[in-house]
Amino acid sequence: MAASSAPRHDVIVVGAGHNGLVAACYMARAGLDVLVVERNDYIGGAAVSRNLFEDYTYSNCSYVCSLLRPEIMRALELPRFGLQIIPYDGGCTMMRDGNHLALYDNHDALRREIGRHSRRDAEAYDRYSRDVIRQCKFIRPLLMREPPDPTSFKPRDLTELLYLGQRFHRMGEARMYDTLRFWTMSAADFLDEYFESEIVKAHFAGSSIIGTALGPRSPGSAYVLLHHYMGDIDETVGAWGFARGGMGAVTAALTASLRASGGEVRTGAPVERILVRNGRSCGVALASGEEIAAKVVVSNMDVKRTFLESVAPEHLPEDFLTAVRRFKIRGSSGKLNIALGGLPTFPSIPDGAPSIRGDLHITDTIEMMERAYDDWKEGRWSQAPYVDMLMPSQIDPTMAADGKHYMSVFVQYCPYELADGPWTDAKRDAFGNTVIDAIARHSPDFKGLIRHAEVRTPWDIEREVGLTEGNIFQGELTMDQLLFNRPVPGYAQYRTPVKGLYLSGSSTHPGGGVMGAPGANCARRVLTDLGRSA
Amino acid sequence: MAIDRTPVPHFRKPLLDTPFHDRARELSQNDSFVPWAGYSTVDVFTSAEQEYFAIRNAATLFDLTPMVKYRITGADAERYLNRLVTRDVRKLKVGRVSYVVWCNDAGHIIDDGTIFRLAAEDFRLCTAERQLDWLLDSALGFDVRVEEVTEQIAALAVQGPTSCYILRKFGLAGVEQLKPFQLAEFDAHGRPLMVSRTGFTGDLGYELWMSPEHAVTVWDELMAAGRTRGLRAIGSQALNMARIEAGFLMPNVDFVSAEHTIRMNRDRTPLELGLGWLVDFDKPHFNGRRALLAQRAAGVRRLLVGLDVDGNKPAHHALLYADKDGNREVGSVTSAMWSPTCKRNLALAIIDAPYHATGSRVWADIYLNRELVWERRMVAATVVERPFFAPERRRLTPPADR
Amino acid sequence: MAGTTSSAPPARYDVIVIGAGHNGLVCATTLARAGRSVLVVEAAAEVGGMAITRGFAPGYRVSACAHLLHQMPLAVIRELGLAEHGLEFAATALPTTAFGPEGRALTLARAGVPGEAFTPHDAAAWPAYHARLGRFAGLLQGMLAAPPPRLGTDAWSDKLALAKVGLKLRLLGRRDMREFLRIVGMNAYDLLADEFESSLLQGALGFDAVLGTNFGPRAPGTVLTLLYRLAAESAAGSMPLAQPRGGLGALTLALARAAKAAGVTIRTSAPVERITVAADRASGIVLACGDEIGAERVVSSADVKTTFLRLLGAEHLDTGFVRRVDHLRSRGVAAKIHLALDRAPKFGALAPPALGGRLLVSPSLDYLERAFNPTKYGECPGEPALEITVPTINDPALAPTGHHVLSAIVQYAPYAPASGWNDAARRAFTESILATLEVHAPGIRASLMGCELLTPLDLEREFGATGGHWHHGDLAFDQFYMVRPVPGASQYATPMAGLYLCGASCHPGGGVMGLAGRNAARRVLEQGV
Repeated sequence: MAASSAPRHDVIVVGAGHNGLVAACYMARAGLDVLVVERNDYIGGAAVSRNLFEDYTYSNCSYVCSLLRPEIMRALELPRFGLQIIPYDGGCTMMRDGNHLALYDNHDALRREIGRHSRRDAEAYDRYSRDVIRQCKFIRPLLMREPPDPTSFKPRDLTELLYLGQRFHRMGEARMYDTLRFWTMSAADFLDEYFESEIVKAHFAGSSIIGTALGPRSPGSAYVLLHHYMGDIDETVGAWGFARGGMGAVTAALTASLRASGGEVRTGAPVERILVRNGRSCGVALASGEEIAAKVVVSNMDVKRTFLESVAPEHLPEDFLTAVRRFKIRGSSGKLNIALGGLPTFPSIPDGAPSIRGDLHITDTIEMMERAYDDWKEGRWSQAPYVDMLMPSQIDPTMAADGKHYMSVFVQYCPYELADGPWTDAKRDAFGNTVIDAIARHSPDFKGLIRHAEVRTPWDIEREVGLTEGNIFQGELTMDQLLFNRPVPGYAQYRTPVKGLYLSGSSTHPGGGVMGAPGANCARRVLTDLGRSA
Repeated sequence: MAIDRTPVPHFRKPLLDTPFHDRARELSQNDSFVPWAGYSTVDVFTSAEQEYFAIRNAATLFDLTPMVKYRITGADAERYLNRLVTRDVRKLKVGRVSYVVWCNDAGHIIDDGTIFRLAAEDFRLCTAERQLDWLLDSALGFDVRVEEVTEQIAALAVQGPTSCYILRKFGLAGVEQLKPFQLAEFDAHGRPLMVSRTGFTGDLGYELWMSPEHAVTVWDELMAAGRTRGLRAIGSQALNMARIEAGFLMPNVDFVSAEHTIRMNRDRTPLELGLGWLVDFDKPHFNGRRALLAQRAAGVRRLLVGLDVDGNKPAHHALLYADKDGNREVGSVTSAMWSPTCKRNLALAIIDAPYHATGSRVWADIYLNRELVWERRMVAATVVERPFFAPERRRLTPPADR
Repeated sequence: MAGTTSSAPPARYDVIVIGAGHNGLVCATTLARAGRSVLVVEAAAEVGGMAITRGFAPGYRVSACAHLLHQMPLAVIRELGLAEHGLEFAATALPTTAFGPEGRALTLARAGVPGEAFTPHDAAAWPAYHARLGRFAGLLQGMLAAPPPRLGTDAWSDKLALAKVGLKLRLLGRRDMREFLRIVGMNAYDLLADEFESSLLQGALGFDAVLGTNFGPRAPGTVLTLLYRLAAESAAGSMPLAQPRGGLGALTLALARAAKAAGVTIRTSAPVERITVAADRASGIVLACGDEIGAERVVSSADVKTTFLRLLGAEHLDTGFVRRVDHLRSRGVAAKIHLALDRAPKFGALAPPALGGRLLVSPSLDYLERAFNPTKYGECPGEPALEITVPTINDPALAPTGHHVLSAIVQYAPYAPASGWNDAARRAFTESILATLEVHAPGIRASLMGCELLTPLDLEREFGATGGHWHHGDLAFDQFYMVRPVPGASQYATPMAGLYLCGASCHPGGGVMGLAGRNAARRVLEQGV
């Protein structure tokens, strides 16, 4: 019984996803002996580069690096360990009538482009950017901080609450009201306050629904719009783009950084149970039967997998378990990874426009996106899905051979459970065909260029990656699951009811995306609790 | 009518050419073009200094087509503009031009510009920045039509002591009768031309407004008429020198539009910019009135003023202090230059109360790059009245020939 | 300080109140009782606004808009002496019965006690759920009767009000506070699905969460609206869900009598043309008939768009404020249907008192969501959700002897269907409603003597509320409390000195509550007149 002997490690991190690795890196750098265990044979969780067909590289889960905090890249020396983020130019939304709306980096080009649809909107765009950036500036410092417990009278919580209050108060009256409204309104209503053109509204609304089980008309979807600006506001070029080599490059650099600090990663080592003795975690038991002892266990799995599947219920208060069961983690997105024999043409994108190298979308109106959400609510995949397509191989030569292209297609919405019974291979194919047909309507040569396609439903993503319901954020980003409510009120500070057991995944504040902030914040909490300086 | 003659799509060539672009390119020795409001315009043709002296000594042509132009028409046009801007538009007669600023609800300046009253219910608003969004939202509840006409009107500024003479020689009979801020329609050899006695140089000068199709001909004929009287094309650098001497403000240099500010305390009110004379509290309600009344009652906490800086090193971007040791920061310079005409070292600066009073002495922290080595000078400066330069000829009607 | 009714009304009043709806009348009476001379002007021929009883078929009368009284605080009713002024109730503490498929029904009779048809799981969960939500509603209740604080001011009163909200939250105790902060931003769909297993119960409770909102039960923020309704109901004391004798119009008639007794002058058939301004202050009104009447203060119970954009005029306001007013979402999503019946409808075996109560067709949360979906696209739901009353069960005088009236709120209905509300669209929607009713009350069509459908557009035309919205603006987080109706006018005072708001646009919003009127009157008095 290894667990009864002296702990072999200071910390075991369960799951080699990006947040787990970020947490491990910080802890290893502080001098702790850290082991990361990963159930798959490859490292990366949902930030991976996979070779599933010939020499194409698929970023087959997450596909762009938009939110990874620059301070983390810097502190963990990720560039030194091989991470290179390459920006891409704009993107565009294609409409059914053959028209399109492109986003260009050049402000004058962008103004004239939006002006093709509405001159007024072209100028309202500046007000829109200003207001969203104002909100970004407010929220950005909160990402790398622990949310305070508003019910606590501890000095740390009170100080933090005061800090938040002061930041809020400093905005001045009008901006405070704007902020209250921004955080609670729907993307559709918010965009209505700026734009008149349907395509302009639809284009921007896209980022509000990605990965969430909400529609653009659902309250609380507006604030997700700021994700698009978060990179800009850092005033650091290259905060938004492709990781050279695919998203696996992020986790590869993290792994190299970890190893350089003395940490280890074991793959092919699924955790069966997190061991708890006398109310304290003391290690993990692998599926192989092997037990590994540690002083501290950090679970990078989502909160449901951690507490409903990996910790024996007798160690957990009933209220806590109820809260975990009620935490909403919903599958709403699918993914296609496609190997193309050549670059498909999209007649609605003008010849020579940089848009083809950016993110491509198909929609006309917010109504189309909302109807796609209505389909999801009825337990079927969207008949006219919202897609976020990218062909990174145009920019990153490592993704495919010369002249060949890898296309990542993120699909909103696709349910985890279908109204007409469980997912089958035939249904998965039908879902994939719905998406491919939707793209082919805008690209006549697309189908003929497909050499291989991997279709992933939420169910597949859950099975392979381990994310509950295949939810990319490890939990819905709704008001009831943000800040001090994430994942469970009273347990929003990376600790859990089990002493020595911590959470580092996106189930915790500030949530999803390949951001790394939850992992970094968790590591800081562990180090503080162990009396180490971060 | 689109100015974009070349069918190059906007994603490859985001900036438009003005109708004068070919002429400008021929004359441009430095190939120094800069973007201005969506157009490519000349920064310097030959030498900023030479161009500047032409403004003060002879005459100059400046392409101001990129100036954003709106046409405002309708039964409520006057009422609409009167609610939009801080001056009383009811007092603006047909055929007159007025310099105006407009504010948001908080009294913070959105932009400055000029209103041309072309007819009782027909106005032109010229602005530095595009703001259709604000103008249309302001139109809610008014019977008014607002349309951007920037691309439909080409414009040239003819400025300098010989400008009136050249325009007469060019064929604008009676142009000498135009008073400052007056406008009139002329027939220039069969081409309609609107002329206003306005400008951004603080000198004698006119602005010519025409259809883009006549632009090149007008340019050529003006150049021919002015050849013997020193007429030359100038770029924005020379104009910027002249406007500082005249004490005019430049958006995004001396203040940031309240429509663009992201950080707190970057907005400015007209009272803070020393433009209180543009605010008419006795007229009916206008945007920002209640906020400005409150600020007037409380007193401004900072003011944009003119500075006369000791020495001859321009105080570009200098922080200002109350004391030579630099312990108490009291403001910063927004524009600075050595004035070749006044022989003074001029600056515009935002200064906290009470240091903004005329005659106050402050210290400017000036950084000089001398052969790649940075040197720092703490230089005394005096708060002085604006404008720094205001020649008599600017107001004289009819003006002298030279 | 004249204030008594006389044959020659003064040409000038301390306060003019625009609109004789319940909020306008409450406001006017409160002011008159404080000794101010008050004139109320009303566009319609009768007082009442949206709380009115009128005929819709020969011999049949109905509460034309709101049809139950459940949110007016008992304190207000007592304070204004409405009983002395003739307000009687045909029934109080009405039960709610929800109809499910295959004739299933669920009756909620007494608060906190599970109904007979509850499943064991739901019966067990009900008392705790009810108690918890009651505590949360209690927290909100205190916010209803006072103006919302302003943010970012140095005013002591604002800081105190904010501190009070914070303190009340703390006083819930840690456990409740956490739960409150979690669910307050949540959607009703998830909350109810977490708590209960019966879709019929979920649907019935979910209906309350979305009434008056432009959201389906899956929309985050619908728990807030649910709590808010509960808060208003608990403020109403012991008689939630009451039916005034003579319909809701009887309430406003009593209010009008109370107003007159307090010295208020009421002029009906007197539509306001505009609010006059002198020296940047509201100085009175001009009526459509040309009469100009001066006042120290003008208080408008009209909705915020009508008040600012039509009566006052944008020229007296700043662009940013006008933009906010213009952006206020106030498109109604509820319709009303009135049926004249030659006999009592048969909802299964339902008998009085349940038959005289509140009847819901909202058999599940999914049903409710599906009723909502089409309205997002300007379409009508094929199977709408309904809140039905048969007022003649408790108050037979509303119809010829033996005959009955059915009044139903139809949730949801688009304000502007793609086709416009033409005859075909009305017929089709009426058909959907009747077909839905026929399922639960077989034979109802055969007893039909007359029928009136009021779409949101009709409500706008009849009652003058922009968008035909019952609440003068969606109840939603971003149009709530400190930002209701819009920042800059959230404390009843407006950017125009001397002009106040007192209608449903303001905090605490619509529902026949009267608190907006009372809060506004107090604010006017505080600011001195």
